[in-house]
Amino acid sequence: MKFLKSFGQFWYDFIIGDDWKIAVAVVLALVALFAVMKADVLGDTALTLFGGVAVVVAFAISLAIDVRPRRR
Amino acid sequence: MDAATWGLIIATFVACFVEMVEATTIVMAMGYTRSWKSALVGTLAALGALAVVTVFAGYALANWLPESALQLAIGGLLLIFGLQWLRKAILRSSGRKAVHDEAAIYKEEVAAAKAAGQSTGSIDMFSFMVSFKGVFLEGMEVVFIVITFGLNADNIPGASAGALAAVVVVLIVAIVLRRPLSMINENLLKYGVGLLLASFGTYWAVEGIGIFRGDRESLDWPGHDLAILGLLVAWLVLSRIFVAVLKTPAAPAVQENVAVEVEK
Repeated sequence: MKFLKSFGQFWYDFIIGDDWKIAVAVVLALVALFAVMKADVLGDTALTLFGGVAVVVAFAISLAIDVRPRRR
Repeated sequence: MDAATWGLIIATFVACFVEMVEATTIVMAMGYTRSWKSALVGTLAALGALAVVTVFAGYALANWLPESALQLAIGGLLLIFGLQWLRKAILRSSGRKAVHDEAAIYKEEVAAAKAAGQSTGSIDMFSFMVSFKGVFLEGMEVVFIVITFGLNADNIPGASAGALAAVVVVLIVAIVLRRPLSMINENLLKYGVGLLLASFGTYWAVEGIGIFRGDRESLDWPGHDLAILGLLVAWLVLSRIFVAVLKTPAAPAVQENVAVEVEK
């Protein structure tokens, strides 16, 4: 059990690191791209550009969460 | 050698250099305060484990996965690593995060080493485990970067040469100086590597989503590989905009309400 916990902790540290929001942002951007691709309304060029913009927007939101004023 | 090979070697050299500086700080702290023998055994064990992981992961990735799945998995990981480094660089440049300081990290590691109880066996398990974990964790990122850049450029030896050169340079500098490598502008290096990883990561992860299409073919960026250059410029410009927008005002009354992180 201890080994499994350490193993899980290692992979969490490795992939998620000290900011889980980045990993979530990347996953959400790719899920959005997946959904648009499945809707079959855009060609490859538009899809790739949409994917790039989605990653940027998700990253900007995660940064905004980081720097938001904290309530006392 | 052509320009692409030099670019590959330089990219893996810089990425590996940054990780090696961090790992070396940890090992030096353990060696000087507790046991050089245990710290070095831990380092060698981690390097051995990394070699095994590299061989297996490289073989599995190159032979078992369809190209688009490989792009999605590797691109996703590179994107996460790259954006994490970029986030830190942006927050540091805008004054919202403490600047990475190897000397401060060294002091923290030394304090932790002194606080831990003395070991009775021939191997000091504290030094061994801290060194092993430090080298293995930092090394895993290098392994992924070397494998992915190497596979994409179809030049694993070139990517490995860049990483190996960084290991040698950092080790020589550490042995000559015999102190933490705090004079290196690691923040600037990390910013550069973050931009590279974010650009390649965006390119591959978006391409790899094609694995979920009926034909499992990768999406095609306009301009193909040239799009990576466009992404690099886009991430550079965006990061500078983020820094300018997030720059903290000097007034302390305002700073009190702003989230400022302090970390290693």
